[in-house]
Amino acid sequence: MTPEMKGFLLLSVIKMIVVFTVVMVGVALLTLMERKVSAWMQNRIGPNRVGPGGLLQPAADGLKNILKEETFPSAANPVLFVVAPALAFIPALLLSGVIPFAAPLPLDFDVTLPVLGRIAHHGPMPMVVADVPIGFLFVIAISSLGVYGIALAGWSSNSKYSLLGGLRAAAQLISYEVALGLSLIPILLLTGDVSFSRIIAVQQTGLWLVFPLAISFFVFLVSGFAETNRLPFDLPEAESELVAGYHSEYSAMKFSFFFIAEYANIVTVAAMVSTLFFGGWDIPFVAVGTAKPWAILTLTPGPIATLLTGLGFFAKVMFWIFFVMWIRWTLPRFRYDQLMALGWKFFTPITLGYIMLVCVVLYAGEALGLGRTLSLHLVLTGVSAVCAVALFFAVDRGLIVSGSAARRARRVGRQSSQRLTASP
Amino acid sequence: MAIGVKVLQRPDREVSYVRAALKGMALTFKHMFEKRVTMQYPEEKSTDGAHGGGQWSLTPRWRGTHRMLTDEQGRSKCVACGLCPQICPANCIKLVPGEDEEGNRYPLIYEIDEFRCVFCGYCQEVCPEEAIHVGVHYENAEYSRGRFVYDLERLSAQTHPVSSLWDPTDPRGE
Repeated sequence: MTPEMKGFLLLSVIKMIVVFTVVMVGVALLTLMERKVSAWMQNRIGPNRVGPGGLLQPAADGLKNILKEETFPSAANPVLFVVAPALAFIPALLLSGVIPFAAPLPLDFDVTLPVLGRIAHHGPMPMVVADVPIGFLFVIAISSLGVYGIALAGWSSNSKYSLLGGLRAAAQLISYEVALGLSLIPILLLTGDVSFSRIIAVQQTGLWLVFPLAISFFVFLVSGFAETNRLPFDLPEAESELVAGYHSEYSAMKFSFFFIAEYANIVTVAAMVSTLFFGGWDIPFVAVGTAKPWAILTLTPGPIATLLTGLGFFAKVMFWIFFVMWIRWTLPRFRYDQLMALGWKFFTPITLGYIMLVCVVLYAGEALGLGRTLSLHLVLTGVSAVCAVALFFAVDRGLIVSGSAARRARRVGRQSSQRLTASP
Repeated sequence: MAIGVKVLQRPDREVSYVRAALKGMALTFKHMFEKRVTMQYPEEKSTDGAHGGGQWSLTPRWRGTHRMLTDEQGRSKCVACGLCPQICPANCIKLVPGEDEEGNRYPLIYEIDEFRCVFCGYCQEVCPEEAIHVGVHYENAEYSRGRFVYDLERLSAQTHPVSSLWDPTDPRGE
């Protein structure tokens, strides 16, 4: 084994340990954050008894869940019932390995260690566990595996509520997988690559993709909510309808695994949104190494640049995690038909239309010689702004989700609906 | 409306879900910075005026576990007239009257079973000596069921405030 190979392996193992630890501890703390955010939004204080400000609450919860009795329904499928939590949990954690969390760190060393022998590393080290060339395709592929865990949990529990939850999860995740995948195609068209490093590089030289691809961002965000089974899309769990949905029959640590998977999925969605649409570890107006339009500060690649960009990425991810919780404590759950209608009748055609539009703009841009970054991004931003206004102000009237009064009005007929509208 | 029913204006136009959701999010975000309403219970109590600025103070009409008032010599004011076990709808008061050399009646045994008590406050209302009272008090945890039968000594040792049975600010109450 060459020293370079050993160096790569050693650094990878270190990165794995660091990322895994950060994600696991982060997930534990997110349960506390969720409870705190919900409390604040309801004018309450939230958990504050265990540790300073309630900080040790996740540790107390974890300890409790480990010590609790594991119930095992007598009619449950013995193998799948045990395997299902792991099947939900593993894909959720796998995804944290492919998202770059900071600027590459130039690292040059050639040392001889007592046990390991000679170890060397030259050139920039990407701050990601595995810089896979297939990028977001990997994320889409693995994240859709999570549904197996949920569907199998629902089926193997042999309980009507669990089964309904599992069925809903399968139908919901498959529906939104379509919109999720389609919403990422404009990114592929614009950047010409699926790898996260390339997408971040394009966003550094141009605009953050949330501006040129605003509709994609919207569809991706909403589909991401559906993929994480969070409100307003928590139909597989649906406490008020299905007891606890697919994990009704689970207790103790097996139940905890579903929770960890849910929060790990939230982290992944937040990191995906930050990376694909908000520049990843890119800090606005700060260039790292390469040239950048409107840069007011240029950092040379090094430990400081890596640390700062890492903090930038952390801030973005935290904001989107907060956003997920914010939505949860604001919106009520969708009805099942609303959920399906939104996915198939609204998002699918919208994203397909948007792909066509982006193609047309790209083709026109090429014909006019606009280049592939900044000027093209600005043109697309204008087009997307027009689309967004059209979508949210003109088209979206009861199209996404309509209230009961509006539906009744539609049923009664157009004339009476106008009369209803006219009344103050 | 006379009884103050809040009539909600239902939206009967078809509104944009996204814009309505943003409005809702603005509302929940605003709530994050509003005053917290939680009472930190073991530290702050609603029987304790000093904590929480009397925000959660119990009403003076609250009817909790009993208290027997005593005179200056520390003896209970009870004259064992037997009115309270007579009126008690739950039949939870046990009274055995006694008489001293001077002919003064006093209770030999006075026990209230707080488990059977329905906290109606009739015993306090009927008492001619203003001896037995229901209290403004709610912390009654015990380790055994037997401890819920309060004897005379225990009833006299209670120090919590007693109920006024009616709202002093409402002239019709009395």
